Amino acid sequence: MKVVINSEERDVQDGLTVQTLLESLKLRPEATVVERNQAIVDRADYPTTRLTDGDTLELVRFVGGG
Amino acid sequence: MPLSDDQKLRYQRNILIPGFGEEAQAKLAAARVAIVGLGGLGSPAAFYLAAAGVGELGLFDPDIVELSNLQRQVLHATPDLGRPKAVSAAETIARLNPEVRTTTAQLRLAEANAREALDGYDVVVEATDNFAAKFLLNDVCLDLGKPLAVAGILSLSGQAQFIVPGAVPCLRCAVADVPEGVPTTSEEGVLGAVPGILGSIEALEVIRWIVGLWRPRADGTGALHSVDGETMRLNTLRVRRRPTCRCARLWSTP
Ligand SMILES: [Zn+2]
Repeated sequence: MKVVINSEERDVQDGLTVQTLLESLKLRPEATVVERNQAIVDRADYPTTRLTDGDTLELVRFVGGG
Repeated sequence: MPLSDDQKLRYQRNILIPGFGEEAQAKLAAARVAIVGLGGLGSPAAFYLAAAGVGELGLFDPDIVELSNLQRQVLHATPDLGRPKAVSAAETIARLNPEVRTTTAQLRLAEANAREALDGYDVVVEATDNFAAKFLLNDVCLDLGKPLAVAGILSLSGQAQFIVPGAVPCLRCAVADVPEGVPTTSEEGVLGAVPGILGSIEALEVIRWIVGLWRPRADGTGALHSVDGETMRLNTLRVRRRPTCRCARLWSTP
């Protein structure tokens, strides 16, 4: 299926969860803010949130420096 | 108090902004803003708030100026090495705009002292260098009912939120708690222009709020602004209220 990640269309495996997507991208789930179709996904829901064809995702690394 | 001729000139470009006028300038002059952290984020925030004519700035930072600070912490200059950042910041601000009253505190805000330290300020700029302080200030400002600009930076990226308790989702609505294992700027560096952007966003949000340009969104969502200097994507994520968040008790509307 196709999803859009940070404005780039990507082919991903059907039924991929947010958690496995982040892991495959080598992003730390707990330090990544995920917006899926204009709503931020609760961190606790990453393992159970399955992507569907046509989803639009924004992945932002959450950082703490100042 | 009406503006003097000098003030009308100094703030001419503020006053000319559609929707501002002398009324907005008077609101800025009456405002008291606390800036917690006077490093990469606090430098541009303090500069632009002072230049714009905010009446009083509370300057909080426990640290002294070090050589490795100077590639990004533009409030401080080479002759300030070894001096407290709060003192250096107050002097820089006094040169820029002597009309701004400053209060300095060489103080690290923590659970025990933050409420008292921030009492009396209208709005808070979070510009600290660690997650624990960012989440603490989020919680304290929720308790005090004070608006808070919060941001973070690392390497080439950063994010910022403006939180109005009860009206805009808080930091914990976006990220429930301090994430573990995220590198710091002492490990992965930071380019000065990045906090330059994010600290300026914080100043802009605070000014919008002071002058009355800020409006809550009808759907109750907030915004998380992100800047990625590697891909040069600037983005705004929509933050929704998290029903189990500690800010939920403040929501007046469902
Ligand atoms: Zn919240």
